[in-house]
Amino acid sequence: MKRVNAVVVGAGAAGGIVAKELSTAGLSVVLLERGKWYTANDCRKDDLRNQRTTVLGNAFGPEDEGNPRVVFDPKSGPHTVLASEGGYQNNAACVGGGTLSYGAMAWRFVPKDFRMRSTYGAPQGSSLEDWPISYDDLEPYYEKAEYEIGISGDYSGSPFFGPLKNPLPMPPLPPNREFQILEPAAKRLGLHPFHIPMARNSVPYNGRGPCMRCRWCVGFACEVDAKNGSQNTVIPTALGTGNCELRTECMAKEVLMDDRGRARGVAYYDADGRLQEQACDMVIVSACAIESARLLLNSKSRLFPNGLGNRHDQVGRHLQGHHYTGAIGFFDFDTYDDVGPGASIAVADYNHGTPGLCGGGALCNEFIRLPIQMVERMPVNTPRWGLGHKQAMRTFYKRNIAVMGPTQPIPMADGRITLDPAVTDKWGMPVARISGNVHPHTFEIGLRQAQRAEAWLKEAGAMSTIVNAGKPTIVSGGQHQAGTCRMGNDPQGSVVNRDCQVHDADNVFVIDGSVHVTNGGFNPALTIMAIAYMASETLVRNWKGTGFKS
Amino acid sequence: MQSSRDGVRLTRRQFVAAGAMGGAALAVGCKAGKQESWDFLTSAQARTLSVLCDQIVPADDFPSATQAGVLAYIDRQLVRHYRRHRNAYRDGLEQADGLSRQRFGRGLADLDATQQSELTSDLSRQNPGFFNLVRSHTFEGFYGSPRHGGNRDAVSWRMVGVDEPPVRGRAQDDQRKGQA
Repeated sequence: MKRVNAVVVGAGAAGGIVAKELSTAGLSVVLLERGKWYTANDCRKDDLRNQRTTVLGNAFGPEDEGNPRVVFDPKSGPHTVLASEGGYQNNAACVGGGTLSYGAMAWRFVPKDFRMRSTYGAPQGSSLEDWPISYDDLEPYYEKAEYEIGISGDYSGSPFFGPLKNPLPMPPLPPNREFQILEPAAKRLGLHPFHIPMARNSVPYNGRGPCMRCRWCVGFACEVDAKNGSQNTVIPTALGTGNCELRTECMAKEVLMDDRGRARGVAYYDADGRLQEQACDMVIVSACAIESARLLLNSKSRLFPNGLGNRHDQVGRHLQGHHYTGAIGFFDFDTYDDVGPGASIAVADYNHGTPGLCGGGALCNEFIRLPIQMVERMPVNTPRWGLGHKQAMRTFYKRNIAVMGPTQPIPMADGRITLDPAVTDKWGMPVARISGNVHPHTFEIGLRQAQRAEAWLKEAGAMSTIVNAGKPTIVSGGQHQAGTCRMGNDPQGSVVNRDCQVHDADNVFVIDGSVHVTNGGFNPALTIMAIAYMASETLVRNWKGTGFKS
Repeated sequence: MQSSRDGVRLTRRQFVAAGAMGGAALAVGCKAGKQESWDFLTSAQARTLSVLCDQIVPADDFPSATQAGVLAYIDRQLVRHYRRHRNAYRDGLEQADGLSRQRFGRGLADLDATQQSELTSDLSRQNPGFFNLVRSHTFEGFYGSPRHGGNRDAVSWRMVGVDEPPVRGRAQDDQRKGQA
């Protein structure tokens, strides 16, 4: 196989951007993706088999067969879980990664999200830390992501975000009924509601049409291609340069290292299960927080006997996603108007600034709930089964609003990915073992957020509410997984530097949610994208043809 | 690849549906269970399970679980995605009938409606693992996509008041494709 400049592992939110930035700068790139490239013909509206309701399997990978993980429960020990089971913490395995089927909320983090330790101090037992970069450093790349990927929305109702040099490229979609019910209630409470920024065309953009406002959004691929991910933006651009080759159904085995501690290539299993080696000048790992950590840990070499970049036992630690809490309000009038995607309004008033709480999170109304998603979300005292349940479904399906939000997790070093000592995947590689949790203070914040959601719904006229604020016993990574290859200035306490370059291996980069020091009180996709743009720019600038200037 | 798999499913479901129609009007608990067209369940298991499904989603103005095809949904999945739950079904259904015989001297399917309701409550307390499994699968079959054999004629979607089929654009073709 012909040697290339760069191998990028993972064609998701970050990997697609890196491939595009490097290939347009003239570098030769091989983009490896373990999953398939889905098309409009795969946009099946199957409410039992998609990427959120997965009772009949994951629509966009990985398959249950041969892709297990292990979850270590503090009470009952290790459990092997299938890819479609909740404990797996799946995102996706396909071209576009999570961005093919996400809900597409595309927030900027606020400036304090990058300064959590300085702002609040680290709660005892936590590994709360500041980022080595600031909001101002990232601002131009947020904007670049907003324009290249295509974001609609409007922050102007909220005073809590950092400055935007330019407004979002597309206006928000016209408000749906939930927006109209919740907006005046928020204002009466003194809050600052605004239109959720979304990677979704509200008007024709990038050569594709606008959202048709169907109810099948989060968890599904968009059948009119109005939802913007890496698969319909940067990856086609990368392939169009002629410098980038996408290889699908190719599972990376390890980053191959030479004896001087530099990467020389990537070993992977191709679509036919054959072991291949792709030689290259640099490797960019963009496989999502769980699988990126696993790949580094599986890449053992003479100088890195415990895994690549893992000299100080940092790879896989500080795993975090989001602690989702909120409330559901039940109304005596129809709240449902069948105008998708449903999620439309948010407040960021509670992300920071509450005495006694380390941060908080955004609160938003939810995407349209399909009937199967309602069965467990009934008013208090509804029978769990029988006529009472059936009749409550009929009464309340169109008369409820859910307000939920991603509570910013307080990370702990013990929330982590390791290699399972016993279980292997279909290629014979040790699988990821998920263990530990986020700091318990996270759950205090989450409960407070749920109460705030409840108050908002009551102000909007809810007759009754249920509060949804659990205390999971295992860290919640899922689609928002982050933190396992922390970015930092101190090589002993982090895996990569501010340029996403592995501290001890100058031609290996980790560019994805893994590098997040903290995960904000917002869905992380746009931040992952912005970091990918920023790190790619630095990488290209420092690339000298055969190596990186020191 | 997915479409060819669909083709197989469709044929099978048509076969099952045709069998159910031939046996009796609808598979309400009923002697239609005598048909031998189940992929996994025995006739006896099908009769017992249909009681549980219809306790979980009983008939009112709208059909019950089994009237909407939930038994066909569960049976199909027990040879597909729910193969791992086969033992739970075998053991759980046996236990349900055992409880019933112990208490009333007859199998669950041969009890009257009040007794079936009592026995189902008992089962939900004595074997919550199995009961909750059947509950989840019954809800999936009843409220989920008709493509998988349950929610016949999208009856639950019409019940909650959403347009049927609840799709727009090209997926409407997809929906028709899924109907037997």
